[in-house]
Amino acid sequence: MTENNSDYLVRFENVQKSYDGELLVVKDLNLNMAKGEFLTMLGPSGSGKTTCLMMLAGFEPATHGEIYLDNVPINRVPPHKRGIGMVFQSYALFPHMTIGENLAFPLEVRKMGKSERDKKVKIALDMVQLGAFADRRPSQLSGGQQQRVAVARSLVFDPDVVLMDEPLGALDKNLREQMQYEIKHIHERLGVTVLYVTHDQSEALTMSDRVAVFDAGIIQQLAPPDVLYEKPENAFVADFIGDNNCLIGIVTEESENSCVVQTPDGSNIKANKVNIAGKGQKSTLSIRPERVIINPEVGQVPNIFKAKALELIYLGDHIRTRMQVCGNDEFYVKIPNTSHIADLNEGDEVSIGWNEYDCRALDAP
Amino acid sequence: MASNTEALKTADGISLKVSLQRSLRRKKRNALLLVAPLFLFILVTFLFPIFDMLIRGVDNKITQEILPTTVVALAKWDPASGQLPDEDIFKAFTVDGQVAAKAKTISRLGKRLNYEKSGFSSLFRKTGRQLKKFDPEKMTTSYKENLISIDKKWGKVETGSLIHRESGRYTKSYYLTAFDLTQNSEGNIEWKDADSSIYIDLFKRTLWLSCLITFLTILFGYPIAYLLATLKAKTSNLLMILVLLPFWTSLLVRTSAWIALLQKEGVINDTLVAIGIIGDESRLSMIHNSTGTLIAMTHILLPFMILPLFSVMKTINPSYVRAARSMGATGFTAFRRVYFPNTIAGIGAGGILVFILSIGFYITPALVGGVDGTMISNFIAYHISTSLNWGLAAALGAILLSLVLVLYILYDKLVGIDNMKLG
Amino acid sequence: MKTFIKCTLATAVLAASVTTAQAETEMVIVSWGGAYTKSQNEAYHKPYMKEHPSIKIINDDSASEGAAKLRAQAEAGKVTWDVVDVVPDAAIALCDEGLVMEIDHDKMLAAAPDGTLPSVDFGDAIISPCFIPQIVYSTTIGFRTDKVGATAPSTMSDVFDMKKYPGKRALQKSPAGNLEWALIADGVATADVYKELATEAGVARAFKKLDTIKKDVVWWTKGAQPGQLLADGEVVMASAYNGRLFAAIEENKQPVGMMWDAQVFELDGWVIPTDAPNKAEALKYVKFATDTQRLADQSKYISYGPARKSSAALVGKHATLGIDMGPHMPTAPANAKNVLFKDVNFWADNNDELAEKFEAWLAKG
Repeated sequence: MTENNSDYLVRFENVQKSYDGELLVVKDLNLNMAKGEFLTMLGPSGSGKTTCLMMLAGFEPATHGEIYLDNVPINRVPPHKRGIGMVFQSYALFPHMTIGENLAFPLEVRKMGKSERDKKVKIALDMVQLGAFADRRPSQLSGGQQQRVAVARSLVFDPDVVLMDEPLGALDKNLREQMQYEIKHIHERLGVTVLYVTHDQSEALTMSDRVAVFDAGIIQQLAPPDVLYEKPENAFVADFIGDNNCLIGIVTEESENSCVVQTPDGSNIKANKVNIAGKGQKSTLSIRPERVIINPEVGQVPNIFKAKALELIYLGDHIRTRMQVCGNDEFYVKIPNTSHIADLNEGDEVSIGWNEYDCRALDAP
Repeated sequence: MASNTEALKTADGISLKVSLQRSLRRKKRNALLLVAPLFLFILVTFLFPIFDMLIRGVDNKITQEILPTTVVALAKWDPASGQLPDEDIFKAFTVDGQVAAKAKTISRLGKRLNYEKSGFSSLFRKTGRQLKKFDPEKMTTSYKENLISIDKKWGKVETGSLIHRESGRYTKSYYLTAFDLTQNSEGNIEWKDADSSIYIDLFKRTLWLSCLITFLTILFGYPIAYLLATLKAKTSNLLMILVLLPFWTSLLVRTSAWIALLQKEGVINDTLVAIGIIGDESRLSMIHNSTGTLIAMTHILLPFMILPLFSVMKTINPSYVRAARSMGATGFTAFRRVYFPNTIAGIGAGGILVFILSIGFYITPALVGGVDGTMISNFIAYHISTSLNWGLAAALGAILLSLVLVLYILYDKLVGIDNMKLG
Repeated sequence: MKTFIKCTLATAVLAASVTTAQAETEMVIVSWGGAYTKSQNEAYHKPYMKEHPSIKIINDDSASEGAAKLRAQAEAGKVTWDVVDVVPDAAIALCDEGLVMEIDHDKMLAAAPDGTLPSVDFGDAIISPCFIPQIVYSTTIGFRTDKVGATAPSTMSDVFDMKKYPGKRALQKSPAGNLEWALIADGVATADVYKELATEAGVARAFKKLDTIKKDVVWWTKGAQPGQLLADGEVVMASAYNGRLFAAIEENKQPVGMMWDAQVFELDGWVIPTDAPNKAEALKYVKFATDTQRLADQSKYISYGPARKSSAALVGKHATLGIDMGPHMPTAPANAKNVLFKDVNFWADNNDELAEKFEAWLAKG
């Protein structure tokens, strides 16, 4: 790290967390968040992402290490003094208060005057297009509306940081996508710092400036969405983010930027050397389905193999084809529904190929 | 669509509306059949007895049954005149009395009228005995003089006016007694002397003790319910068993245990004396008074508060408090503004449950209540099983019932009964 | 549904046939339970069933609610009791209501061995034409021998003397008995007590005397309480039934003494419901159970005196303790020097009113 640490708004330094004294849920976490950044913690359930959020919010103490908010260590600061807004998966709107009262609550406990309070509540509700709903109870609103209120409530008191814990998990698909854009736009408009937790990769890729992929209490990779997809640094990230084909083999040749991996059936694949243990060691090759070329011309790409179509799934804009390649039955190829290539039938043998650059040699599982 | 005035028909040509109604009727009938057994059961074991009780509190057909002709004759007499009734009324009474004496029902009326004025029981018994032997043929005096010769009381206007007053099909006297009221000889309603009025004070005390018990169960039950609702399932199940444990012991045993603990020479006093907090001479009186009733009943009714509270707290999302805290509320404010309002439903349900149970409790106050710890239900029990004044017991019971109903309506107005949650 | 009805019918028929197969008459006798029923069982039931093998006596211990239950049974039109043990007040009330039958004592009961008619032998004990006297018991004063100093209390005035005998007293929570005792302690002769109590001034005088000990009284409602209160040392003196005190002194060896002065004689006896299912058998039974020998036998098991004079001479020793029961009878000449006969007719007339006054007096604090 070359930047000065104090430029960051949120800093986790060597944070560890254990609930039972035997198992570390979060193992040595180091994470910096810049002001105004939208950072997503992405990972399967039980990977420690929500625990990190709770430690930042102050509901769980860190077992070891220190968390800084605006350069102030906050381990001993109680939650209500941290000034962090929070959105919960269950919305956590207070059922006994109207929408307006819900939004006024954080302002009230800050002893803000009534007129100013009303003004801020109105602005916040208008921001989520719910200005007319101030007198309703949460139970009279739809799930999407409730979620918008929850977002508005977390922002109404102008917190430095807003934490969102799987806020869209309870919504159906269409609504979820719509809300993703809405949250993203609010973030862009207000410039507030957002720490977002989700297990849904498309959500993470859509909204975030940077995504931290969690697994087993460790950040596997922290990078902007495109980098994460294009340049996964290990097999977990490659597999977790987007569609991916895995081919496992032994490294037989190694040069500065590339290597050759031999699969068990004897095929030699030229790959982009990213994260391998060395010659003679196992490696996982990652190839995105859309980067595979059907019937490449000889010499067009360095890797050309025979493949057999096992299963075709019609998906409208493309056809997802399961193929047998290099001894692997679970190799998927995305065939765009634009060309004559779509005439492929089950059982047909074709040749397929891919670039060395699109095939990343990563660590073995 | 609006222009289509022709009724819609189903495939076989029957009007859609008729067809729909038919299917709905079937549904309704089925629902009725499902409810019928329980409804009948409730009707027989609950509604009918309550109705019977309400009737009994005003029922007075006994006078008309036992003195049928006298009642008719007495209607003409004006007690306010200060004159004794006419001879024909005495004759009617003698005739009725002879029949009743032979049927052995005359002293039943005496017992009934004795509730109004002491002495009627023996007056009627004595009169009945004499009338059984009485032969009108051999009578040398008038019917009036004959009765007066049996007992001087027949020569008093008050005797006649009481029978006159209580000759109707219905009476208000039980309710008057239940409100410490009485009718004087002119028939005006007035308060009873202070030295014989008990029921209003009893109602007040019953309400006051029940409120106090309800308050105490909330005070003690709330934290326990909170703990149970927030602990891990394994620990909270264990604690729940401890809460429910008293349910598995007989009420009598628990009450007796409190006697052993609280009495003057009991465990608590002995301990306090032994560690020198109080002197041997100043042992605390914690039983056979209202303190005893309070302690024992609070303990006995505590589970009825904890269970609804627990089930309501269980449904409160822990993220409510977290949300409040994250928005800047201190722990206390988050509790007061967010957690507590969401438990009101449980407090309401538990409160109503405990209050209604304690208002009608009677074994415990009878055993540990002493003088100032007994409640109205002890008197209802007394009138049912000892004094056999079921009319008064019914009136007291009906008043108690309406008190509960009034409180229930009040609760509905203030909190809303829809908000009540038992789980 | 039909099968269910058939099964139920079959069971009912079976049950009915089983009961008739026994060829026995089941006679239900209602009494007070505990040691008292046991004494009746030994002295009356067992010998009677031996003589009449076709009779089976069923004991029902609900005499404490006897009057109320009998009335409820009569109102429901289904009386199931044959003989009921009652106190005189209840006998009078039930007789007034016609719920129990009138008895011709001379014709229906057994004469004394010397030929004395029952009406003479029972004498004043026949307080109602429906009442068949059985025992005489008394309510008297028991005291803790270790807590009353050198001289034990010997007169009713001592009970009301807080200076001479400080400490708590236990009295029955009822006006009957207490008002009489208050007048006796205030100097009224036992013979004049009811004359005095019939006047308003007399009632006021009684309450005034009770005022002097009111704050030191523990009021009991159940017969077992005074013995317990004495045993626990909660009170120094207690009014109690003499049988209970006998049990405390002789059977449980408690440091308790007994004062016979101004003991209140009360009776207990049988009544037969007007609609008793086995009326003829019930009459036969009471004739047997109230003959001279049987009444004398009962005192072997409990220290209550026989209600007929001719039995007194036959009272023997306690069945298990071997104590001569004569001196423990409330009717023994040494004990019966100053006795108050409870005037049940007075209380039948005045209980409603005096109970109200008594409760109001209690509540005044």
